[in-house]
Amino acid sequence: MEKDVPRAHHDLGGVGKFMCEAVDTAPHGLTAFDRDVDALRQVLGRKRVMTVDELRRGIEAIPEAEYHRLSYYQRWVRSIADTLVRKRVITEAELQAELERTP
Amino acid sequence: MTDLAPGALVRVRDDWPEARGPAHIRTPHYLRGMRGRVVRRLGAFPNPEDLAFARPAAPRALYHVAFEQPAVWQEGRAGDELLVEIFEHWLEPP
Repeated sequence: MEKDVPRAHHDLGGVGKFMCEAVDTAPHGLTAFDRDVDALRQVLGRKRVMTVDELRRGIEAIPEAEYHRLSYYQRWVRSIADTLVRKRVITEAELQAELERTP
Repeated sequence: MTDLAPGALVRVRDDWPEARGPAHIRTPHYLRGMRGRVVRRLGAFPNPEDLAFARPAAPRALYHVAFEQPAVWQEGRAGDELLVEIFEHWLEPP
């Protein structure tokens, strides 16, 4: 029985909807994108720009539909971008310009 | 809060900060209000609820707490347990 509680959408433990889905246990290879995102997070951590705790908080703040659509490392990069804009390390305009420049 | 000894009976606070605004919580929703038993103290760590917002974070004791699984999941046999890491400020007397 699922309790009717105001859980956050990322707080999935024991939620029936997900217990009925088969778990994909096949090994996942890392893509070049995944490795880039991981490296970026490490650089930001070493330079004390953001912590893994801030990363997690930013992942949890992704709206529910998008959260479930994004891959693991896509959630990371979304959190990193949101955090850097919020902390004024980069501006929203700089982020948009860079996204448009990237093929 | 004084240290909780192994074997101490505790209750997880039935509190929902995520319903009151932006929050980062390491206590899963399915344990709120549940009774458990302290297994061991794991050490003290800066409170991740503050670290997540880049705020100064005071150290908080972290405990391994055991819960009877049938009460949490409504499945499993008597004696089945769940072992979860919970920070001291989420624990109260049973």
